[in-house]
Amino acid sequence: MSDVVEKTLTALPSLLSLDSQSGKLSSSSKLGNLIRGITELTSKHDEEKLIQRELVSIKEQVSSPNTSMRQMKELMVRAIYCEMLGYEASFSYIHAIKLAQQGTALDKRVGYLAVSLFLNESDELLLLLVNTVLKDLQSTNLIEVCMALTVVGQIFPKDMIPAVLPLVEEKLTHPKEIIRRKAVLALYKFYLIAPNQVQHIHSKFRKALCDKDPGVMSASLHIYFEMVKEKPEGYKDLTGSFVTILKQVVGGKLPIDFNYHSVPAPWLQIQLLRILSLLGKNDRSMSELMYEVLDESLRRAEMNHNITYAILFECVKTIYTIHPKAELLEKAAKCIGNFVLSPKINLKYLGLKALTYVVQQDANLALQHQMTIIECLDHSDLIIKRETLELLFRITNSQNVKVIVEKLLEFLRQSKDDYITIDLGGKMQPDIPNSFLRLLSEGFDSVEENRQLRLLAVESYLSLLQDRPAKLSQRFLQVISWVLGEYSHLKEGLEPVTVLRLLAPLLDLRQSSTETKSWALTAMTKLCDGPACVSVAQELADRHGGSLDTVLRQRLHELQHLAAHPELRTRVLPRNVGLEPLEVDSSLSFLDGFVSEALAAGAAPYKPPHQRQEELAQEKALSVEPYGLSLPLSMSNCSVAERPYPTALSTSSGLSGNSTELSHKGGSGALKLEGVKRVWGKEGYLTQTEAAVPMEEMAQVEADREKQQLASSLFVGLGSLSSTGLCLMGKAEPTPHRFRRRAKGQGSSSGTSERSSPDSGSVPPHVDSAPHLPLDLPANNGAQEDLGEDMSASLIETNGMAVVDPDTYIDLHDPDHVHLISSLPGELSALPRSEITPLCSHASLALSACHVQTDRSALLVVFVANTSDSAARRFVLRMTSGDLEYSLIPSRPSVHMELAGVASYQLPDGEPQSTQFSYTLSLTDFIRPLTVSTEEYGRLWLAFSNDTKQNLRLLSEGPDPLRDTLGLLRDKLQVHIVDIIASEGIVACQLLQGQPCLMHCRVNAGCLAVWLRSSLPELPDCLLYHCQRALAEH
Amino acid sequence: MQFMLLFSRQGKLRLQKWYVPLSDKERKKISRDLVQTILARKPKMCSFLEWRDLKIVYKRYASLYFCCAVEDQDNELITLEIIHRYVELLDKYFGSVCELDIIFNFEKAYFILDEFLLGGRPRRRPRRMC
Repeated sequence: MSDVVEKTLTALPSLLSLDSQSGKLSSSSKLGNLIRGITELTSKHDEEKLIQRELVSIKEQVSSPNTSMRQMKELMVRAIYCEMLGYEASFSYIHAIKLAQQGTALDKRVGYLAVSLFLNESDELLLLLVNTVLKDLQSTNLIEVCMALTVVGQIFPKDMIPAVLPLVEEKLTHPKEIIRRKAVLALYKFYLIAPNQVQHIHSKFRKALCDKDPGVMSASLHIYFEMVKEKPEGYKDLTGSFVTILKQVVGGKLPIDFNYHSVPAPWLQIQLLRILSLLGKNDRSMSELMYEVLDESLRRAEMNHNITYAILFECVKTIYTIHPKAELLEKAAKCIGNFVLSPKINLKYLGLKALTYVVQQDANLALQHQMTIIECLDHSDLIIKRETLELLFRITNSQNVKVIVEKLLEFLRQSKDDYITIDLGGKMQPDIPNSFLRLLSEGFDSVEENRQLRLLAVESYLSLLQDRPAKLSQRFLQVISWVLGEYSHLKEGLEPVTVLRLLAPLLDLRQSSTETKSWALTAMTKLCDGPACVSVAQELADRHGGSLDTVLRQRLHELQHLAAHPELRTRVLPRNVGLEPLEVDSSLSFLDGFVSEALAAGAAPYKPPHQRQEELAQEKALSVEPYGLSLPLSMSNCSVAERPYPTALSTSSGLSGNSTELSHKGGSGALKLEGVKRVWGKEGYLTQTEAAVPMEEMAQVEADREKQQLASSLFVGLGSLSSTGLCLMGKAEPTPHRFRRRAKGQGSSSGTSERSSPDSGSVPPHVDSAPHLPLDLPANNGAQEDLGEDMSASLIETNGMAVVDPDTYIDLHDPDHVHLISSLPGELSALPRSEITPLCSHASLALSACHVQTDRSALLVVFVANTSDSAARRFVLRMTSGDLEYSLIPSRPSVHMELAGVASYQLPDGEPQSTQFSYTLSLTDFIRPLTVSTEEYGRLWLAFSNDTKQNLRLLSEGPDPLRDTLGLLRDKLQVHIVDIIASEGIVACQLLQGQPCLMHCRVNAGCLAVWLRSSLPELPDCLLYHCQRALAEH
Repeated sequence: MQFMLLFSRQGKLRLQKWYVPLSDKERKKISRDLVQTILARKPKMCSFLEWRDLKIVYKRYASLYFCCAVEDQDNELITLEIIHRYVELLDKYFGSVCELDIIFNFEKAYFILDEFLLGGRPRRRPRRMC
């Protein structure tokens, strides 16, 4: 039989070429006539007529019973051609299927081709193809099997996969490698459209990976790439195999016909590199397996052809994705340099792209190429420009933001592509409304300038509203409402009622959100003065009073009520109060009388919404309500007494909502000033351009100087960024650690997840130098001191010094640290603390330390012991850290935080001595439970964007694995379990002083699928690491 | 790969292969947009384009433009080589291929493409056409 097959195979090319010759000379063929006919035409209209005529004749012939398959093939080709020109030939679809079914060899192939071109994956006609495919898969003709597998790999109805799957599986053991390869690719297609259908044959994929034919093996890599992408931890055991394969490929062990332009199997190499980068990401031990082969790949790929550049580029990407190794990074960086500096524009583009990948890890690399980047910024090709801007966007910091935004805006003015505009605009936008409102409300030093700016805003907004408010964005409308409500009185001669009439249409706009409407109504309430306004208010109340939206109705009610009572309005909404934080009685104690009266009258006691929901859920026994959905409460906290800013605009407004939690926030009406970059200057928003467009006549020298200037303004601050932010590269330089002692009771804002913004204005000046703790140590004595906030009362505090209690005496000749523990201050001894670890010992000084976790802080206790017989004098302890700031508060989360220090002292008879030590704190020392309700959790969850997903081990011994696992995490990491519903659990914690991290856990196939979200980008990853550790240690 | 288009300098579509399910209308819009954008570009410009959320890789061979759309994380250079490889294959089959060969024998150009790229993934050189 195989003889027959071989014959067919060898005969086919000649058949094809015969045909192709006739095609080349096809003056007589009908397709040729059609094509020529079209080219001779001059107008679109004529073409349309010709094609319509053609289609009519095709239609006639295909439905005629006398048409042979050979003719049918010809007709199909013409139908495909018409479709390609954009004319519909749907009548021929069914005939394409028929041709595939009844035709032979080439005719059949054309039928399959027509089907794959005509039909969409979801087309019902495809079902008619299934039988044909089944028949062909079982055919003894190799070519028919091939065709069937090809079409299955291209287009196949998802629901019918089970029907063909056994046959395709069977082909995996076919003696011909081309069949095996096509079968693997068909399975790849199945995996893409319906992964669960092929789950049971994963072992067969492994077999394909081990196939003796490299072509089959490389086809299986496509499947592995997808599977590894989905779940890297499931395939770690294959890392070694992939590395070995790559080694063999790079080493040229494959047959020569796998070479492409004398490079061994480049496609295979790139696919392997991509898989490796997935496997090595965040995994040190896996990465270590790869270093050698990556090095080899870099070395082998000589710079001479596009294909080697392609491999190099993939290699560099992999090196920067996996666990870093300094030596490789250096080589990769050099490689990127070559790309960036290349005169070939395609390579330059890729160099810039690579830079955007790596610049967050190694900002210095951008510094090295700053002049090239500047040149690219003015490149004539918009794509290069766009990529450069992307790069600049990634290196934006507070110092260069102005120049970069300027460049972005310049680009936006030129660009006509809406998509790019939206993309770039979206990146710039989030801070703008906040900054602008802040500028307006805080103002400058000069009263007159303030007035002018506000007036300008009022005037321009009025004209915008008069024009076409429907096209403005929701946020902008909110800003407009606020500004008009607040400042329209500045414009002389402007009647409040005019503004009211301009704002009123906002309520009618269909696309206005409830929030926008509320803002408009609040603004109106502020303005409502005089009988004319009262009538407008009445009008509005009549029109919208029946709205289903309770928030809106409340606002309307307020408007109506306050319009009628001017004296009350001036008390509730005083004008020109400035930014003094409002005193909000968040416990609502003034209502106590009312409440008790109501209770006495038999009213039901108040239940907070989450409690109500819980009770509801209990009644129904099963809650299917996802906790992400919250009631439309977003405005309800803005009671009449407040003058709200658009809370939704603030970046950290996740919590503002429920009035019951106001107590923690000290007036959520205040602007969130922290974390907002100040991009608005005194001179307005980037109106003055310093880095002007170079004049044409300007001398070259001048232009260069300008570029230098631009460079220095663009790359300012990057150097320090790399030194403080990047322990990755081993370059972290410790900066002097600033300590600050806070007055007692001030740090009481914890308990919620939000940074307390109101008191940020009154932060006492920090002590910028390292803390000095000069003291004399009594002879042969032990002592302890604390560094940290909220010092316990027993320690005497004076000016940033901690004075040792000289009575504490420890016999240090006893190495046992038990005694040290006993010298801990009483308040601390009951709290959880770490082991006491020796820091260093030097001559006659011994230092050891431990850290203690309190609810609101982490305390570092340093034990200083003098082992000599004489008293040491002038003892100074300095501490520095790159990761921690203000007492022990992490400046940004990382898995471990290093603290370094120097202790110096002087013995009476000797020289001054000093010794160095370091101390490591783990992230878990700074994690505290965050107590929130399920509903608050839901709201917070939506507010955060930085997330990480991972599958964790599930403790499966106990009867309730989820509860056990979460319990373990709670005990080890101090997280708070918010709720556990069926197989899902939600957990919340926060970093000291604020930033929350939320965790959503779900039991899935024996694993715990966790999804972490936080406001800080690094926090989820770091916390995940500790979760993994905690579970692994168990 | 998401799709591949071949079109002439006059903007006439010569070949189109879609690896993602899209409606007819979308296909038409996409190819119209892309043909317009690419034809407007100057010869010395970069072969890569960002278009919506896709990366477009194109190259001109004589009067014919070859254009592929890949995902953002895909390797652009290798896509360029896929195009080149395809042209090499066409060349080998037709013997110094020209646009007319592809116009008159487009179904064969499709066959070659199908053997070379299956499901949008390149395979090694096909030795036999079936």
